[in-house]
Amino acid sequence: MSKYIIKRLLISVVILFFVTLILYSVMRCIPTSYVESVARERASIPGGKSYQEWLTQLNAAYGFDRGILAGYFTNWLPTAIRGDFGDSWYFNIPVVEKFNNVIWNSFALGALSFVLELLIAIPLGILAARKQYSKTDYAVTVFALIGISLPTFFFATILKYVLSVKLGWLDLFGQVGRYYEQLDTWGKILDVAKHYIMPVITLVIVSIGSLMRYTRTNMLEVLNADYIRTARAKGVSENKVINYHAFRNTLIPIVTIVGGTIPSLFAGALITETLFQIEGIGWTSYQAMIAGDIPFSMFYMTFSAILTLLGTLIADILYAVVDPRVRVA
Amino acid sequence: MAEDKKNNASRAGTLDDEQRVKVLSPSMLVFKRFIRNRLAIVGVIFILFMFLFSFVGGWISPYGEDEVFTHYQGLEKDYASVTVSSDYRYTPFEGAQFPSIAQSKFILALNTGKTDFEAQNQNYSIEERGEDLYVINGLTQVLKGISNKMNTKLQPVSDASLPEGLLEAANQAVGEGLERFTHQDVEYVVSKEGKEVRVGSAAPVALASKKVYDAKDGAAQMSFAFRLAAETAINEGRLSFEADGRTYQLEIDPEVGATVTLDGEIYALISNMVVNSYISGQNLTLEFKDAAKEAIAADATEFTHEGQEYAVYRNNNVWDIKAETQTLVVNAYEAPSGAHWLGTDGNGMDLLTRIMYGGRVSLIIGFIVVFIAALLGVVLGGMAGYFSGWVDGLIMRIVDIFNCIPSTPLIIILGSIMDAQRVNPQIRMIYLMLILGFLSWPGVARIVRGQILSLREQEFMTATEACGLSISHRIFRHLVPNVIPQLIVICTMDLGSTIITESTLSFLGLGVKFPFASWGNIISAVSTVHVMTNYWFVWIPAGLCILLTVLGFNFIGDGLRDAFDPKMKR
Repeated sequence: MSKYIIKRLLISVVILFFVTLILYSVMRCIPTSYVESVARERASIPGGKSYQEWLTQLNAAYGFDRGILAGYFTNWLPTAIRGDFGDSWYFNIPVVEKFNNVIWNSFALGALSFVLELLIAIPLGILAARKQYSKTDYAVTVFALIGISLPTFFFATILKYVLSVKLGWLDLFGQVGRYYEQLDTWGKILDVAKHYIMPVITLVIVSIGSLMRYTRTNMLEVLNADYIRTARAKGVSENKVINYHAFRNTLIPIVTIVGGTIPSLFAGALITETLFQIEGIGWTSYQAMIAGDIPFSMFYMTFSAILTLLGTLIADILYAVVDPRVRVA
Repeated sequence: MAEDKKNNASRAGTLDDEQRVKVLSPSMLVFKRFIRNRLAIVGVIFILFMFLFSFVGGWISPYGEDEVFTHYQGLEKDYASVTVSSDYRYTPFEGAQFPSIAQSKFILALNTGKTDFEAQNQNYSIEERGEDLYVINGLTQVLKGISNKMNTKLQPVSDASLPEGLLEAANQAVGEGLERFTHQDVEYVVSKEGKEVRVGSAAPVALASKKVYDAKDGAAQMSFAFRLAAETAINEGRLSFEADGRTYQLEIDPEVGATVTLDGEIYALISNMVVNSYISGQNLTLEFKDAAKEAIAADATEFTHEGQEYAVYRNNNVWDIKAETQTLVVNAYEAPSGAHWLGTDGNGMDLLTRIMYGGRVSLIIGFIVVFIAALLGVVLGGMAGYFSGWVDGLIMRIVDIFNCIPSTPLIIILGSIMDAQRVNPQIRMIYLMLILGFLSWPGVARIVRGQILSLREQEFMTATEACGLSISHRIFRHLVPNVIPQLIVICTMDLGSTIITESTLSFLGLGVKFPFASWGNIISAVSTVHVMTNYWFVWIPAGLCILLTVLGFNFIGDGLRDAFDPKMKR
């Protein structure tokens, strides 16, 4: 097992290396006039350095005065390995510091909607599978597919329109209310919670569908299995068949896939955070990317790549751990 | 499918007639299963509708994709202002000068009731010729003397020779206490200051009047003589006067002023109101001025002149005349109506037509992206699955790498770079399709490889090998067709997600750009809260179109998956 994990980790490192190399190359292919315009913009800020100074500094700092490979190996890679991703151009503070400031907002948002998603999707999926081709099944299927088919921005806008414009219950966007500073600790928590309602609903509805479908498919497969027929033949009560025999077996693929999504809780929800202006990693990196903030964008994409790799790794390991029938070579 | 074939074949030997009727070809079976799925049928209806709506609708629609609708709106524009003249206007005598310092001294003298004043070493006398009408004479002192009780001794001021008999005439006038007298066609004015008596020859210098003259052509200057004659005639109530050798007719309206006509044509207007144009460089016609003055005299709030309507607003002694002008206005955010079933957007374009064209763009982009992804995925996945070994390893590692590249951030960055480079919207659309296609093939490749790995081991592949078919023939004629069911399912699902990705990018302003319509960039109008709050028709229909289309593709994909699955028994 540990041998397998080490092997997978090594492969992941190699993949990460190539991914960052590709990302770095793409970044370097950004026409230089773009960096020049950034330098010009920087130079126009009163009290700043001159345009030429900025240009040379930017070019030197990001290894732009060298070739792509040379820049990657001598400039970006050595510092990135040490966890130093440079200073963000847009936020003017070290990238890692900005990341530390915002990541927990994203995590809170992601974790909340993740828990809700599990609580809603798994029971509904199982319900749909138990009553296959019934009205309930159709309703759940349609609901799940609508969730999958809803563009995040459209659903978020509808929520805003209904909940905050028409009903006036919630603020249109923002993470805290206007009087946040004057509230006591409990009030502050409630205020933030209130501002998380719409983003959480958006995230849950938009991402709940696939898990629901997945649960249903797996439950159907399990329900068709021979051991379920055996259990029923034994005279085990239907509830026990479902909750004890079938559910446990359904959990195997679900745990695998759910475990694999845990790292993505840190990835932030780019569109949702941007639309609701939640100060998370998604919105922050969106601002940075729009502004052409190469250090921050590089960091964010590397970070996302690591999370994806971690997700697959966790899923594969969990698959072996949860299901004793799986033997890892 | 392959399994189906086998099942049918094995059963065929023992079929009786009754059973034989029920045997269907595999594709017919799939079709039967598919149409029995209600959701899938709904999906097909959605997609058919969206296709008709987008491709036929855009063609039927009477409007163009970027046709801007405008209308004329009546706007009251400042046109002219009318003020009551309260200042004296001075008309200098031909060849004479009346400097501004003298003008102010004149006002001063008038206010203190004096009849003469001095400015810049020049003496002037004031001669009243009517209400607010004065002739100012320039005085040249010729005689002066000290008056006693009985007689006054006048002496010439300078050595220059005096006109004959002037001294006598002056003495006589002073003795009679006259203020002015005429000698040899020259007017003389006698002025006294204490005991000093002065006699000066008077020559008219200027005419001071509060009347305003508007001449036929704006530049024409009314001469001193004309004005004097005209105003004298007005004061006396005469209906004609002569000046500069011509006879003018007068038409007096006590409220407005007077109209001077020459040979039956309006020559000038005389009134105490000034009409100024607000529009620089515009000369108002006499007729307009006359009409405006008449309207003001009649206290009217509006009048019509030459078919144009004017409104009059009084503000103390100033009247503003506003013209009803027609301004071209874009029909922005017009509510749904018969002409525009879904209203218009912020640029005044018909929303329904925009949505139709947006549907074309979204659907075409979806299909091309999925086509690129499927092509790459089938070729690379097929090769990986068939060859295994190092080819498989290499391709699968590439798939892993692509899988790891965060596509949304990357596309956003590329989009903002294209923004900065001001890429032409049309070329940008092509780039967008290539990028999306190139980033989404790994998913297809994975599925194709998985399928081919299992198919490769089946007997029919051994048969193809035994027949000596070429490798490409074996892959693309025998393996890939067997992957097509899965391929169709995944492509249908991908179509939906590609449309969502494209519309999200367009929504963020990084995908399809104006003037091209796309469902996403139609909805992006909601980034202004004002639009979201007040104009639901701008964003809700486009959003529903996305939802229905994607939902349709998902329903079909789902239905196809069930239909292709031989284990599904319904």
